Amino acid sequence: MQTLELTEEKLTPKSTKNISGSVAVLEALIAENVKTIFGYPGGAIMPIYDALYDYNDKLEHILVRHEQGSTHAAQGFARTSGKVGVVFATSGPGATNLVTGLADAMIDSTPLVCITGQVFAHLLGTDAFQETDVINITTPVTKWNYQVTDATEIPHVLAKAFYIAKTGRPGPVLIDITKNAQLQKFDYNGYIKCNHIRSYRPKPIVRKEYIQQAAQLINAAKKPFVIFGQGVILGKAEKEFTQFIEKGGIPAAWTIMGMSAIPTTHPLSVGMLGMHGNYAPNVLTNECDVLIAIGMRFDDRVTGRLDKYAKQAQIIHLDIDPAEINKNVKTTVPVWGDCKETLPILTQLIEKKNHNAWLQQFRELEKKETEKVIYNELNPKDGTITMGEVIKTINELTNGDAIIVTDVGQHQMVACRYAKMNYSKSNVTSGGLGTMGFGLPAAIGAKYGDPKRTVIAIIGDGGIQMTIQELGTIMQFNINVKILILNNQFLGMVRQWQQLFHEKRYSFVNITSPNFVQVAKGYGIAGNSINKREDLHNALQTMLQHNGSYLLEIMVGKENNVFPMVPQGKGVAEIVLTKEEI
Amino acid sequence: MKQEYTITVYTENQIGLVNRIAIIFSRRKINIESLNTSLTESENVHRFTIVVIETEDVVKKLCKQIEKQVEVLKAYYNTNDEIVWQEMGLFKVPADIIAAKVPVERLLREYGAKAVVIRNDYIVFETTGHREEIEKLIKALEPFGLIEFVRSARIAIIKNSKGFHDKLKEFEKSEPAEELIENEFLNQQEEVFSM
Repeated sequence: MQTLELTEEKLTPKSTKNISGSVAVLEALIAENVKTIFGYPGGAIMPIYDALYDYNDKLEHILVRHEQGSTHAAQGFARTSGKVGVVFATSGPGATNLVTGLADAMIDSTPLVCITGQVFAHLLGTDAFQETDVINITTPVTKWNYQVTDATEIPHVLAKAFYIAKTGRPGPVLIDITKNAQLQKFDYNGYIKCNHIRSYRPKPIVRKEYIQQAAQLINAAKKPFVIFGQGVILGKAEKEFTQFIEKGGIPAAWTIMGMSAIPTTHPLSVGMLGMHGNYAPNVLTNECDVLIAIGMRFDDRVTGRLDKYAKQAQIIHLDIDPAEINKNVKTTVPVWGDCKETLPILTQLIEKKNHNAWLQQFRELEKKETEKVIYNELNPKDGTITMGEVIKTINELTNGDAIIVTDVGQHQMVACRYAKMNYSKSNVTSGGLGTMGFGLPAAIGAKYGDPKRTVIAIIGDGGIQMTIQELGTIMQFNINVKILILNNQFLGMVRQWQQLFHEKRYSFVNITSPNFVQVAKGYGIAGNSINKREDLHNALQTMLQHNGSYLLEIMVGKENNVFPMVPQGKGVAEIVLTKEEI
Repeated sequence: MKQEYTITVYTENQIGLVNRIAIIFSRRKINIESLNTSLTESENVHRFTIVVIETEDVVKKLCKQIEKQVEVLKAYYNTNDEIVWQEMGLFKVPADIIAAKVPVERLLREYGAKAVVIRNDYIVFETTGHREEIEKLIKALEPFGLIEFVRSARIAIIKNSKGFHDKLKEFEKSEPAEELIENEFLNQQEEVFSM
């Protein structure tokens, strides 16, 4: 199959060239500046893979070991690069394996374009080999999806797909292309990027009067408090956000998805919100007078009981998605819009202030948390290694410059509580869906998304075994990711809940692991396993200095718990520091 | 307080959109009382009329989720006193009964029903009105051997609305919606070789 060079001249509508639907797909990717695809071939997508054979120099294809891995890798890529992640998969089982990743990307607003092969159009609905109704299966977990049955649709449908995936509140898009459309030759008129769909308004019109009301509230506030989410990162508004909190002198706390939008050491940063977040921001949510929520969606893991959430406060909510306003928490002043546009206007209208006494309240509670939880977690004198001291040692060795990818569970909470991050897009985690198995494939994508930075995947002994086959991908493509398994020999988070709320009835949380170092060795990946505190620093240093991928298993305390904790059904201010308080 | 709300959704004509909209309700385990799709006064714009029994707070959130769908132009919700609405019922009744029993004819006239098909063996009547009226007529006809009955979905006009023309101009910068493309290949199975 011949390749097609896209030049300005050939992009004019006049030029036509007889090309296949498959080539049109690849040309669309190139026109969208895509360089990396995560995928897995199969019968119904073979024409696209055949075309890909000739595009080796322009498109890099990473062969994963399971289609779920391709979506998580594409998510990791999107999170660290700020671009759209691209996935290829075949029909039937290939496509159904994407569902978990799509659901994860949907709830965490990650821009993906997934292209699935489908059986020939005339076979649709006949229960053909590897036919699944992918469009209907993926409808609830995609921002948009579309089935192509005719090659002539491909250029504008893909243009629409990229436009929808990355604009407004980003999200995953799936395009299902029947095999006949991939094979069909048609007159190609070039690729025209989409920048408008009449029924889709990604950016709400900014209404200044609401921003003025918000500014009035902020200017009158004695105890203003900013809570921010991933919207700041997705909106590429880190600078605008920093200017806003600095001018207002307002303490700011992050949701797990918002982490790293400002450096964790920023003087106004007061920690993480939520069930296992920091003590001060949770308690003081119920003491602030104006709560300014920016690019976050008041998830139940952040709010706890809604009837006990910030009832005393006036609430300003900045969000690009109108459906988020008043969804969970009643807003006093809604500010619809892209925070990159709304924040500078708001910053201009607020008075330059400091709220040192109020900030000091956060610092006082922080001291209490340090005393009761943090100090012992980070500086244990005896006993087994704690997850916290592992993260502390990483902070010392990387100085906060690494990208930290986590899986889901106790290690995720500990990593997000204690990791130091200097740069935006340093935190890649499955926040909304809580997908175990996310970490390893996401780390692969994260490395492709930002190849210059160190990528450390922190994963539990349970989660690693859900997608451990992606070690094969790391082996084949020599992907330099550092895999850190924090092994407590339990499904730790569930065990913690069983201990605290189910009378220690440890029901199926006891998980046996293989010899991870041997497994890694089988994949040609160097590794080590440690269980002694005195080895911790050197082992982590060896991992970080190793040229190439490396797996380090650290045996940590079996029954350590993550605290503080907002117990389920309790308000944020009822956060407890120790298990005795529950 | 739960009450009847009529949701009016203006959309593009797109395959799969009815599913995208329906799952917004089913995901929350909300029963759709009635659903109708129709053309509108604006070319290429379609209109869904959906009836649910819910609280205003829930209906408001449902509308926001519906509007979030890429191919939805706008979603409105209204209480019954804000709309003019009609539903239609078709009744198949044995012809001999109608001929023999005077009350039936009087009944049908009372409900404004008119005959659509008259045959020797049966007669089909139609009536339009509010759901309660149509349901009353079923009850009334039952003793006389109602053979078959079907009721349509609700269609509704919003009293306080200037139509969608102006709104559409706001949405439409330049180009109209794309044409609907259906699967052309389903009837050509024998002519195509596939593997």
